[in-house]
Amino acid sequence: MLLLDIKNLTIELNTPDGMIRAVDRVNLSLREGETRGLVGESGSGKSLVAKAIVGVLNKRWQVTADRFSWRGKDLLNLPYEQQRKIIGRDIAMIYQEPSRSLDPTAAILEQLEEAIPDHLLDGPWWKRSYLRRRKAVALLHKVGIRDHQAVLQSYPYQLSEGICQKIMIAMAIAKNPKLLIADEPTTALESTTQAQLFRLLASFNQLKGMSVLLISHELESIARYTQSLSVLYCGQLVEAGETAAILKQPFHPYTNALIKSVPEFQPELVAKTPLYALPGSIPVLQHLPIGCRLGPRCPNARKECVKTPGLERLQNHYFSCHFPLTGKKDL
Amino acid sequence: MSLLLEVKHLSKTYRKQAGLFRQRSVTALDDISFSLAAGKTLAIVGETGSGKSTLAKLLVGIEKPDQGDILLGGTAVKISNYRQYNHVIRFIFQDAAKSLNPHQKIGQMLDDVLHFSTLLDNQQRKLKIKHTLKQLGLLDEHADYYPHMFSGGQLQRVALARALILDPKLLILDEALTALDPTLRAQMVNLLLQLQQNSGLAYLLITNHLRLVKHIADDLLVLHQGKQLDYGPTATVFANPEHDYTRKLINSAMT
Repeated sequence: MLLLDIKNLTIELNTPDGMIRAVDRVNLSLREGETRGLVGESGSGKSLVAKAIVGVLNKRWQVTADRFSWRGKDLLNLPYEQQRKIIGRDIAMIYQEPSRSLDPTAAILEQLEEAIPDHLLDGPWWKRSYLRRRKAVALLHKVGIRDHQAVLQSYPYQLSEGICQKIMIAMAIAKNPKLLIADEPTTALESTTQAQLFRLLASFNQLKGMSVLLISHELESIARYTQSLSVLYCGQLVEAGETAAILKQPFHPYTNALIKSVPEFQPELVAKTPLYALPGSIPVLQHLPIGCRLGPRCPNARKECVKTPGLERLQNHYFSCHFPLTGKKDL
Repeated sequence: MSLLLEVKHLSKTYRKQAGLFRQRSVTALDDISFSLAAGKTLAIVGETGSGKSTLAKLLVGIEKPDQGDILLGGTAVKISNYRQYNHVIRFIFQDAAKSLNPHQKIGQMLDDVLHFSTLLDNQQRKLKIKHTLKQLGLLDEHADYYPHMFSGGQLQRVALARALILDPKLLILDEALTALDPTLRAQMVNLLLQLQQNSGLAYLLITNHLRLVKHIADDLLVLHQGKQLDYGPTATVFANPEHDYTRKLINSAMT
């Protein structure tokens, strides 16, 4: 069954200069137990999509979608209270900078205990606080923190960024969510800790069947841990499908550039030779090009590209480009 | 090729007051030696607390070493003649947007650099700024822009312009490539490689992005808790690392 099914998600910001469409008709779906990567550069709207799913965007953003269903229920049109209840029960999110999202004035124990919902503690009420504490310790062990005594008593500033991120994960999995959204969980971390963290997320996915939506700007680091992939550029979905298939044969020029710009995916590339790079830079939201937003930077842009391409499908591989890299005639 | 930079047995210890009479000392760097030839790239890899930022600070003269020598083109560098060698070594910080003064136009900023460390007159300075901007693919008009008017990739170029305007021999990049988006990073890497080929610039790359290191660095130095572990040509270190820590680091990034 589809856990999350979003069709034509549009997120707009009302400004004095008119509406700015930060996310333009993005489709996203997640099956139960799937790990999906959401890749895009800064300003591509990937964090907006994540925030729209969790419903924490502030009122200035207008979120509309043709379909926005969570396990068969239309989330956008539910009354606010009910919506919060469902999201609070089923979806958890980890944010980018753990040391900033933790409360600096409270010890870890307090914050972690607060994240454990009452219904998961089965025991008489006078044993609650004991059970809660035991559960907090168990959570820390689960995310790979052995020295729980010292960590529980510390404040966030006393801990390293990696430990803070693990605590964030512990807080997120405290309620056994169906979906875990990780918004750039590893940007602040060392490469050894990064690998640890991805393995941790992968193991939760396998052991508990938790779906994971992994958001990152680096394709190479998440390609290994995801089954499927969605690539965003400037708020438009450019390509989606199975990770292995996309890496093997990207259809969209942007995905192609992303893959080629990483030395790791080019084993035969001689050291110190130039990398493949798209010219220009990502447009700012106030000056978005019309039609396909990659247009001005695309190596094979033509006249037709001023019209926004629709999403096309080839087996399980979606792409939106007028001139996909395989050529349309083979289809 | 002649050696541009030589570092011999460099050590640095920080002392912290840990009570009224007691002092606790933290060894940031312990007996580091390496050398860098002109036109080559040395990458320094290590996790936080490994002393790589301390090393950068010692090289540009923000901190004084306790022991050891820094030799620049064969002569020892002293902290007192900073003005003399800031022409040769330039530094780029991690976040270009944060390291530029938001109140200052780019042209003014570049002019200050020249004013402070060269004897050029007004006309020559203007010409030099124009030339440097062009070299980095920026326009003349950009001199009248404020930092907030640039996009991320352009800002990185501006930061690079500030470093290159004095025609340095060595450029220290402290995590300058890590935070960039992949396509911008590829552009930046290409620009750096091109500059290296054209003007024989040497780079000291401080990073923990091993995949990039493998591509652009000639030599690799691995630091761990202030100690020097593996040091040698990048390909050799990657193929057979001597220390367990290096092996772990490479495995975590490459598999």
